Amino acid sequence: MTQLALVIDLNVCVGCSACVTSCKEWNTSGEAGPLSDSNPYGKDPSGTFFNRVQTFEVGTFPLTEVVHFPKSCMHCEDPPCVPVCPTGASYKREEDGIVLVDADKCIGCKYCAWACPYGAREFDEQQRVMKKCTLCVDRIYNEELPEAERLPACVRACPAEARIFGDIHDPESEVSVLIREQGGYQLMPELGASPSNHYLPRRKIHRKIQKDELLRADNPLKKERLPKPSPDEPSLDDVTSW
Amino acid sequence: MTTLFGLGQGLFLALYTGQVYSLFKLLPPQDGPLFYGIGSGLVLGLLIVGLIASVFHLGHPKKALGALTQWRTSWLSREAILLPVLLFLVFLYGGLHLLNWKPVLFSIGEGVQIDLTLMIGGVATLVCFGLYLATAMIYASLRLLQEWATPLTVINFLLLGGASGFTLATTFAMTSAPQLVEFYGTWAIVITLTGFCSRGISLYRNSQLRYQSKLQSAIGIRHDQIRQLHQGAMGGNFNTKEFFHGREAELLQQIQWGFLILGFILPILLLTVGLVMETIELLTAAVLIQYTGLLLERWFFFADSKHPQNLYYRATNQHC
Repeated sequence: MTQLALVIDLNVCVGCSACVTSCKEWNTSGEAGPLSDSNPYGKDPSGTFFNRVQTFEVGTFPLTEVVHFPKSCMHCEDPPCVPVCPTGASYKREEDGIVLVDADKCIGCKYCAWACPYGAREFDEQQRVMKKCTLCVDRIYNEELPEAERLPACVRACPAEARIFGDIHDPESEVSVLIREQGGYQLMPELGASPSNHYLPRRKIHRKIQKDELLRADNPLKKERLPKPSPDEPSLDDVTSW
Repeated sequence: MTTLFGLGQGLFLALYTGQVYSLFKLLPPQDGPLFYGIGSGLVLGLLIVGLIASVFHLGHPKKALGALTQWRTSWLSREAILLPVLLFLVFLYGGLHLLNWKPVLFSIGEGVQIDLTLMIGGVATLVCFGLYLATAMIYASLRLLQEWATPLTVINFLLLGGASGFTLATTFAMTSAPQLVEFYGTWAIVITLTGFCSRGISLYRNSQLRYQSKLQSAIGIRHDQIRQLHQGAMGGNFNTKEFFHGREAELLQQIQWGFLILGFILPILLLTVGLVMETIELLTAAVLIQYTGLLLERWFFFADSKHPQNLYYRATNQHC
């Protein structure tokens, strides 16, 4: 069974919010109607977003690190928002594991938002229904788009490639390999929702540079005992890269 | 809304308890059909006002019927099914009493005759308890909200609703069936006292809670010093409005004392004095004050819950 999800690399996210704006742009223009804003240029602006980037400062000055932290729906394997829905508007797709809201059935009781530990659902004040990330379900299967563009809008927008999209149930997929090899983790695993989106941790990328690395040295350790060319053969410099 | 449901259901339970007691000749029977009839009318009124209030707080009241479909998994759906069932049964119960049509179905032993109203009342009582369970489980089933996820939530909903219902029944009996006042009054005091204890226990439990989730597990960064610089929204958003009450901790404390006094202590005093002096004014005051107290209690119940999503909005309100 497929479980589509995002892997978010906190090591490279620079907090530019391109994913936020591209998500809003795509999803506010879709068939499901706009993600409404109230007072966007006035006092106390407010609006519906599927994806937000938060920023945290870790450590005490001057030993601090700033972590940009994008968060959208986790598309949990055991989504707590689905069974509580009284109308069945909130559902998880069998075929690809995407958690969606059927706006035609949603009565706007907000119970699902209370059941979600991640604050991933937002109530749209204008349409009065619950909204959430769809993993751009109207892009990824959209045959009107060129194949290379059939990705969530946020993934396509990310300039740092901090967002990777794929099937976490396929052990050979890019996302599964990243999770496996780079210590991908889930948020609040203790709550048992088994979120599908994973985060890749900050990594220390210090590199020790040796003195001789600064100088160009041809075969410095003289490891290979290369044969001396005879006078009528091309010299070593003519055939090797060094 | 939940307080209205609690009050209405409590009143119905009180009426039916009275009828069952009189069946076994523990209480003088109420032959006049008006006591049960008008009482049921009152129950219906409270439940319908509650129903209207809860439907119209939805984003889409017109689609509310859809809420009847997911009874397999959703306690909210179960509540939405049980409420109209209870309304119908109470309507039948009150109607039969008003018409005074009570065909005897069968009798147990000597002189204990089970009539139709008693049967319907019995079923309605079961539905009533089911409805209390469903309403409370809407909150108690959310494991992520540790303040709510306890059997005490169910017990409190039942006892607090029952207490206000029996207090109302006492006042109602004062106007229409004075010989039942003492019976209802005593039960009202007993249930209010029990509710006071169980709510006290849950307050103590919640003050001792250790939370499963911390900011460290919420963002997956193992460090003691984490400060939020930006929360992903320039103004507020749904998450900062829905899950934060925005009030100071002192106010919460005051409200806690407020509901303990208004919801439990004062009503018990008023009921006791009112029963001794047999004054309807004191009993009416007990109903109104207790209901105000229980409204505060329900507000506190919501404000007291700490939603894990608030960890992502630490910059909003440090009190939560």
